Amino acid sequence: MMSFMGHQPQSQAVGYTFSQPTNAPNKEHSFYPYTDNGGSTLGITGADFAILAGDTRSVAGYNINSRYAPKVFKIGGDDDTGEGAHIILSVVGFAADGQALKERLDAVVKMYKYQHGKPMSVRACAQRLSTILYQKRFFPYYVHAILAGLDEEGKGALYSYDPVGSYEREQCRAAGSAASLIMPFLDNQVNFKNQYIPSSGDGHALEPKKPEPLPRETVEQLVRDAFTSAVERHIEVGDGLQMMVITQNGIEEIYTPLKKD
Amino acid sequence: MTGFDFSNYNRNAALHAKGVPLPKATSTGTTIVGCIFDNGVVIAADTRATSGPIVADKNCEKLHYISPKIWCAGAGTAADTEFTTALISSNVELHSLSTGRDPRVITCMTMLKQHLFRYQGHIGAYLVVAGVDPTGTGLYTVHAHGSTDKLPYVTMGSGSLAAMSVFESTWKANLNREEAVELCAEAIKAGIFNDLGSGSNVDVCVIEKDKPTQLLRNYIKPNERGEKERNYRFPRGTTAYLNQKVISKEDMRKYVTVEEVSGDPNLMEVDS
Repeated sequence: MMSFMGHQPQSQAVGYTFSQPTNAPNKEHSFYPYTDNGGSTLGITGADFAILAGDTRSVAGYNINSRYAPKVFKIGGDDDTGEGAHIILSVVGFAADGQALKERLDAVVKMYKYQHGKPMSVRACAQRLSTILYQKRFFPYYVHAILAGLDEEGKGALYSYDPVGSYEREQCRAAGSAASLIMPFLDNQVNFKNQYIPSSGDGHALEPKKPEPLPRETVEQLVRDAFTSAVERHIEVGDGLQMMVITQNGIEEIYTPLKKD
Repeated sequence: MTGFDFSNYNRNAALHAKGVPLPKATSTGTTIVGCIFDNGVVIAADTRATSGPIVADKNCEKLHYISPKIWCAGAGTAADTEFTTALISSNVELHSLSTGRDPRVITCMTMLKQHLFRYQGHIGAYLVVAGVDPTGTGLYTVHAHGSTDKLPYVTMGSGSLAAMSVFESTWKANLNREEAVELCAEAIKAGIFNDLGSGSNVDVCVIEKDKPTQLLRNYIKPNERGEKERNYRFPRGTTAYLNQKVISKEDMRKYVTVEEVSGDPNLMEVDS
């Protein structure tokens, strides 16, 4: 399923190809409707909560468009403040497509409630988002989306998507320009990858440290440390950190300033 | 004069034709500025070096020594600014020894532009040359293709527009030393905060008539990283391994010979 995640062909992923070059005599003119607005997002789930976070910088090349352009949204709220929402969505990549996708999904979740008289489940919303993305298979929403909420059992739920609708439920996911910096940190600190229980065995018998849901305080600290570190080494990440924490009591929004250079 | 080795040129051209891209050079996508004042000249730079969108060095030095009273701020390809200024610095010193006079800024600028023009822009060095010499104060910009400008205030690099906006809105004639340093620092800060290619700290160099040159390294540090919220120290034994071999200090003696040397251990061995 995840083979679409690196949505570039292999030849582009390595940066070159040995196939024969084309010496076309005619110049190809083209219109490219996408731009990369940079930034990064990140989601982590716990036993009874889910957190989505994103930096608030929007960039174009070496310029800053905005120091406060939110990438995390409440979906299916009763008014424009998002009051009453029980699903959150983060989008990173092409900001205009992110905005459009969020509007689409918001309308769909609202219509569902009006027509069925009950709120849409996170599972249903996740499947619907996949459909929305795949409907534009040949002119995609150029975004990496992450959807979060609480499942039927009240546990934290997190779904991550590629631009054309391939999705998966996960414990944690980083997306956007600094994903390659943040994701290995999350693998190690959330799923305890490459960590073993000291002196539990020799060689292959050594017992791996078992992942378990983390408390909310720890997760918030990990998110802030992930972003302050990404800011140090990635030029497109910075200015501010927007975090949304979804629990059975509703959605809490927390803003933390980041470095502005 | 220089010894560039072109022996891999044909191989690389063939690879390039097949679609292999050039390796990515570290670029100092930079803000650098210079400004003259009543008794000398100030140059300043930010300290971020980048490789694409990744910060390669958070606190690099972009202010290069040419001679005691001539300094250079460099933008563009990091290696090119480093080696070009080192080469010209060497030749300026030889020239000054041969003439028995203090080196002049215009001489240095001319040597830089002739060197860069010869390489038709392939040496990606964009420089601000500043200094004080027997003819007075000099401040120039030198572009990679060899063109130069002589101006009372200059900016270069990806943050040049942000920095120039500060000069164009607040510069005035007949600045004193303190005013010139502050103006340059403000211009660099504009680059640090508004240009993604620039960041971290402000370095300043003040060159004054009849006074020793001052390099104010990290003159302003407006971007210090805060404390991390968690401790990431692992318990001993966390990392897996398949086998281990302990080598004692005594075993090491089989592979290395230790020789006690008399005299100051910090002194390097030099031919007499």
